[in-house]
Amino acid sequence: MADATMSYQPALASGEAIAARRRFRILRKLLHHRSFMVGFVIVLVMVMAALLAPLTGIDPNKMAIRFRFRPPQDAYWFGTDQFGRDLFTRTLYGAQLSLWIGLSVAVLSGVIGAAIGVLSAQFRRLDSLLMRIMDALMAAPAILLAIGLGAALGPQTHSVIIALAVAYIPRTARIVRASALVTRELEFIEAARVAGASSLRIMFRHLLPNATGPLLVQSTFVFAYAILAEAALSFLGIGPPPPAPSWGNIIAEGRSFAVQSWWIMLFPGFAISLAALGMNLLGDGLRDVLDPRLKVEG
Amino acid sequence: MYRGILMRLSQAVPVLLIFSVMVFMLMHLLPGDPAQAIAGPDASPEAVDKIREQLGLNRPLPIQLLEWFSHLAVGNFGESLVLKQTVVSAVIERLPVTLSLSFISLVITLPVGLGLGVVAAYWRNTWIDACVMVTALLGVSLPGFWVGILSVLYFSVTLGWFPPSGYVPLSEGGLWLWFSSLIQPAVVLALFQIGFLARITRSAMLDVLDQDFIRTARAKGVDEWTTISKHAFRNTLIPVVTVLGITLSLLIGGSVVIEQVFALPGIGRLIVQGILARDYPLVQGTMLLFGFAFVVINIIVDIIYTFVDPRVRYG
Repeated sequence: MADATMSYQPALASGEAIAARRRFRILRKLLHHRSFMVGFVIVLVMVMAALLAPLTGIDPNKMAIRFRFRPPQDAYWFGTDQFGRDLFTRTLYGAQLSLWIGLSVAVLSGVIGAAIGVLSAQFRRLDSLLMRIMDALMAAPAILLAIGLGAALGPQTHSVIIALAVAYIPRTARIVRASALVTRELEFIEAARVAGASSLRIMFRHLLPNATGPLLVQSTFVFAYAILAEAALSFLGIGPPPPAPSWGNIIAEGRSFAVQSWWIMLFPGFAISLAALGMNLLGDGLRDVLDPRLKVEG
Repeated sequence: MYRGILMRLSQAVPVLLIFSVMVFMLMHLLPGDPAQAIAGPDASPEAVDKIREQLGLNRPLPIQLLEWFSHLAVGNFGESLVLKQTVVSAVIERLPVTLSLSFISLVITLPVGLGLGVVAAYWRNTWIDACVMVTALLGVSLPGFWVGILSVLYFSVTLGWFPPSGYVPLSEGGLWLWFSSLIQPAVVLALFQIGFLARITRSAMLDVLDQDFIRTARAKGVDEWTTISKHAFRNTLIPVVTVLGITLSLLIGGSVVIEQVFALPGIGRLIVQGILARDYPLVQGTMLLFGFAFVVINIIVDIIYTFVDPRVRYG
């Protein structure tokens, strides 16, 4: 008798225990996913490089005209630029800037996009207004919108973040909305409503958690896009102003000397590619594990 | 179906209105005084006042907005401060460059992107698939402007195959010079779209290949080529067409940056130069034209969609 009661215990496990087990299963799948792990290692190395940048002990903006245009060698791993600045140090500090901008854009557009998405799924009357605004934001190519906004806000790091976040909000909002529209037709939402749950509770306790997978996948891809877009904006002269060691800035400055001093623009380009590659791989892995149905990443 | 198209068109009207208001607000978002910014730091107060008068910035905001709309209604998108010509004429002058670049790039993107996706899906989990997917991943990860500069260094400077920059109009240099001035930027521009399209095509094709009707086709003895081209590929196109709008958007967005690398006098370069010269009416007007063009393109994509997938009656 006592044994029988015991054996029923697991079936009566609490919701938290089930959720914890589910999380554990997802984590295990991710650990066995090849592209996720490759991406994870790349991103980890980038983060380490960014955090450890001060360890080179060199000021990224310190000029040393006597040592300008040095090709990569023992003392200067990535060479020096037209002002004799150490490019290895500058590339590491560039990682700080790029990752910070990518993270901020991913988080900002994720939070605001998610809020807009669940709001328009929950309140049908808001839906058409919010979605028309999103359509309007998507009317111009994202990079063009970011160029316009970035130019209007002035060449600063935070205006690049705002411009890119605004440019990527609509797609995130649409993805969360689509997921929430499916969830809200499920029976447990009706049960919650009958039990007297408020709209707010339904939105943030039920609709949003059920959209976490697609939201996380999308935000990871936004991170990758933001790194590429920030570099492009800097290259066009609409990013953080020089002498900020942004990767796009280094390439733009090194471009005039590219024929003789190819190394100036070579290494920051590798850094951008590697960072974007890492985030894309992470996104692919997350998508495969969390949301196998999601295909469109734009 | 015509009802669907009409409905789609009526949806576009509020989008265009909201977009116009947003572009209008861009000018008023500017920190400080745009008139002062345009005139420069050394301008006399009179000169600043004159610019303010010229732009109508001294009037109340709602009035300015109404004026802006009344100008748009008659096709007046404003006048450039630096170029001394209307925005519309400046854009029309540069349109052939951007259109040629986008066209060549699209002609490269579609077959290569779709082809790579189909090949990867058909030989899934083999080394062919792996190679294609790594290529596609590189396509969406490498910054186009950087690849562009490297490409100029190698193909133009070292090998001397193509001109490093500049544009030769079709009417002046003939087909070959026009083509050789555009092929390098077009390929660089296509890389991202190819990666994007190949990844989506692969997963769409994988979905279709698992369907029962493919098994049926094979079981009844349809040859492999027909199964793939007629049954699988056609159904793969349905989800792919939905991202055609995004692909075009990426293409035009990318061309803004690529035009800068190859010094092509297109619309992207017009906008960037407008921004650097603080020519706000030009930037505003060009952005607006871009947005209008895209709303129209998206409607066309939706209409194509109803042809590709007859199940969709209205978008």
